[in-house]
Amino acid sequence: MVLTLTSIAKAYPGADGVIPVLVGVDLSLEPGDTLALTGESGSGKSTLLHIAAGLEMADEGDVIVDGQNLTATDDTARAAIRRGTVGVVFQQFNLIPSLTVLGNITFQARLADKEDRSFTQQLCERLGLKSQLEKYPEALSGGQQQRVALARALAARPKVLLADEPTGNLDESTAAEVLALMLSLVEENDAALMVVTHSEKVAQHMSRHVHLRGGKLI
Amino acid sequence: MSAANRTIIGALASHWRRNPLQLLTFLAGLALATGLWSGVQAINSEARASYDAAAATLGEGQFDQIVARDGGRIAQSDFIAMRRAGWLVSPLVEGRRDGVRFIGVEPLSTPGGLPDLQLDPDAPLQGFLTRETLFANAETAALLGPDTVPENVAISVAPAVAPGLILGDIGIVQSLLGRKDLDRLLVAPEQPMRRAELSEIAPHLVVQDSLQRSDLGQMTDSFHLNLTAFGLLSFAVGIFIVHGAIGLAFEQRRGTLRTLRSLGVSLRRLTALIAVELFGLALIGASLGIVLGYLVAAALLPDVAATLRGLYGANITGTLSLRADWWLSGLAIALLGTALAMADKLWQVAHMPILASARPRAWSQATARGRRRQLGLSAVFFTTGLGLSLFGEGLLAGFALQGALLVGAALALPALLHVGLSAIERRTKIVTWQWFWADTRQQVPGLSLALMALLLAVSANIGVSTMVSSFRLTFVEFLDQRLASELYVNVANPEQSDQIERVLSRHADDVMPLLSMSSRAAGMPIDLDGIRVTDTYRENWRFLAMGPQAWDEVAAGRALIANEQFARRADLWVDDLVRIEGADPLPIAAIMADYGNPRGQLVISETLFRTMNPDATPRSFGARTSDADTLMRAVRQDTGLPEAAFINQAQIKAFSLDVFERTFTVTAALNILTLSVAGFALLMSLLTLADLRVPQLAPVWTAGLPRKTLARMELLRAMALAVCVFLLALPLGLALAWTLLAIVNVEAFGWRLPMFLFPVDYARLGLLAVIAACLAALWPAISLARLSPHRLLKVFADER
Repeated sequence: MVLTLTSIAKAYPGADGVIPVLVGVDLSLEPGDTLALTGESGSGKSTLLHIAAGLEMADEGDVIVDGQNLTATDDTARAAIRRGTVGVVFQQFNLIPSLTVLGNITFQARLADKEDRSFTQQLCERLGLKSQLEKYPEALSGGQQQRVALARALAARPKVLLADEPTGNLDESTAAEVLALMLSLVEENDAALMVVTHSEKVAQHMSRHVHLRGGKLI
Repeated sequence: MSAANRTIIGALASHWRRNPLQLLTFLAGLALATGLWSGVQAINSEARASYDAAAATLGEGQFDQIVARDGGRIAQSDFIAMRRAGWLVSPLVEGRRDGVRFIGVEPLSTPGGLPDLQLDPDAPLQGFLTRETLFANAETAALLGPDTVPENVAISVAPAVAPGLILGDIGIVQSLLGRKDLDRLLVAPEQPMRRAELSEIAPHLVVQDSLQRSDLGQMTDSFHLNLTAFGLLSFAVGIFIVHGAIGLAFEQRRGTLRTLRSLGVSLRRLTALIAVELFGLALIGASLGIVLGYLVAAALLPDVAATLRGLYGANITGTLSLRADWWLSGLAIALLGTALAMADKLWQVAHMPILASARPRAWSQATARGRRRQLGLSAVFFTTGLGLSLFGEGLLAGFALQGALLVGAALALPALLHVGLSAIERRTKIVTWQWFWADTRQQVPGLSLALMALLLAVSANIGVSTMVSSFRLTFVEFLDQRLASELYVNVANPEQSDQIERVLSRHADDVMPLLSMSSRAAGMPIDLDGIRVTDTYRENWRFLAMGPQAWDEVAAGRALIANEQFARRADLWVDDLVRIEGADPLPIAAIMADYGNPRGQLVISETLFRTMNPDATPRSFGARTSDADTLMRAVRQDTGLPEAAFINQAQIKAFSLDVFERTFTVTAALNILTLSVAGFALLMSLLTLADLRVPQLAPVWTAGLPRKTLARMELLRAMALAVCVFLLALPLGLALAWTLLAIVNVEAFGWRLPMFLFPVDYARLGLLAVIAACLAALWPAISLARLSPHRLLKVFADER
């Protein structure tokens, strides 16, 4: 297993007391797995993804990424696991505006000291970014920015790729194109993929599909 | 105000309620700016009031005066002779007793009348004439000890009397000072047609017209202009803060403004109400600033008083009054500053389409076009500065040159930082640092106003400290040259002079009499000194310029020495001819530095001096000796002179240096205040940018840089920017120092100082700027380190 979530619980303080978001969630992914996580707005999908990435801590339960238990580590160690093992793609792309496209793509790989120039070049060719490398993110369209975000997440050859509504901001044809690229790159690199989505179309492309309701997976 | 307007104002003001830090930034920036400006204005206003009081009391700069040609006193009999000959003159005696200056006048004949002494309105002069009364302002009156004034003399408090002065009837003052003679005679402007020539009645007296005298107000103008320039600089730094706060508030309220417009608020009403809102806040900030200004002025005034006394002999009061002119000027400039800061934002609102994006524009991101525009403006300012340095004349041109340099450099700063940071980024191989430099470059537009303020503060600091330190070095060396004699003896009257010289000749290694008188040359009043050219002069005095055998020529009475002030004002230099009033023209053999002396001075040989003025006797003697104390004791024993007649070289050097040090205390204090304001500007910019930073930092955190590392990098970023600003401020500060030394000093004081460099001082200042930046970034960095992951993750949420 590259990702194991065991008995994950998470609650947020609300106006009427504590609101439970996740209640005893168990989930695991093996290399090559592709998983769609669906659920209504506010059901806790993104929270679960954030917990899996070590971006947010669960109140209860264990998160084991590539054999390392995130719940037993500090912020610095979690950051190290994140940059070496996990790739995250967000709906809002969240590129670093001060860096060029190439700077963004290689950023995480270089942080993790895992830069592979020929692999990066291949990624850029596959994603059609070769002519955009010296541009800054503000000069790119939404689809292009999402490709850059995907390239950045994959350039470090993560064992787990976590994507939060990766096509939510894209038109239908661009979304299909980006999704196809993501799946093929994940397969080629033998990574595990978890996609948080509202879209049934996206979910259909995954090997597994789980739904979150009332804080539990069904 | 209508209900609708109140509602709109309420909607606008809600922004400040939700963003109290921005409100604090705005108010604090304006209060600091107004405070420093009005503080300086308060000092200037107080000083000018003191000069006016002095002019009213002493007729300074208003009436012609008759003085003794040899600079000594006037006998009572001369006064009586002049009155009999038809001259409408009024006697004046002045002297010190227990450190307090007494002036005695004859109230019935004083031209222009007495200052407003708040006497009995029914019989104003009676109080002055019949009672044994002296008049002083409250501050001076409080200084009087029980032994200074006899019990039978009353002290009446009169605010109109100049500070540090006690005014009274001439009879009372003469008796207090133990004198029967006079110091000068004030000449009434209207004189009878038929009256005898002065040269016939008293040939040893001379009329000094009012224009010849150095009016205190004029003499000190340059000092006050200097203070005003500093006040303006501080105000400019403060306005940077206000501009930043207003800019951010406008950007964050774009949504509100759009909504108000779409709900039917007309553009005219909206802009008017925004102006009302901001001017209302400006009034609050300005009022706080005026209180702050009062405190600053009250704290600095004693040192300013010491400075003016030391440099110009001008007495100003050491306490502060709440005068309308300075607080009104503070209020006016605060409103003007606010208007300037909001002008372009109101223009933007006026041109904003109703359906403009409600999201805050990336206000902090400057375009390349914007940078080019700023660079173009900067080039205009630098060109103006170049023109002023080549063709400008006068003190104002000197300050305008400094202003052009400062504004030009401030405008060029963002572009220069952009280029420099891009170059560093390109040379960096490690990814974290590549991002660090790229991100630092991206922060420059948002921080540019604060960085400009820091640039101005640091460069002004470098410029002023270079000038002060250069002055100090030059001044110490100058004192060593000019005060070569180990002991100086002052002569009370001409009869003493011969005896003292005889006694000194017996005991000292070398005796140098100093003769002096007032005269005129090249159309201006001068001090004329006669010296005995000895080896001491030849070995110690260093000239700014000299011809061949200068000392031999002076000793032989064939040439003279001019001080720099005289030479520059008369536009004369070595070998040029000078005609001293009543003498043949003489060439200038050498130009001497004469720091601290506002008047022109010429030095000739003792022999020539006595030829021109046969009755002259030395006013003081310099004596060379290996043991000043033994010499003093021996002379006192032989002549019975009081200890006060002797001045030890070491004492006078220490006193001169002390005056000098206090002279620049005010400048140093303003330097520190300006640097503090710049640090505050940086803190406020970082705090206001903190919210905008979260979306920029969240992706980096997600990619694997821990919050603590990011926080440390935030600190490092502020320090790196401070270092970059300091490196740019260094040449700018040195350019400022050059303008101060080579242009402003020459225009203001008449002397040019050599420029020295003080690398250790600059390094210390650089360190101070980095520490200030580090302190400013500390709070935002700690906040970032403690920022919850939840807050960072909100950046990635669908609905931000």
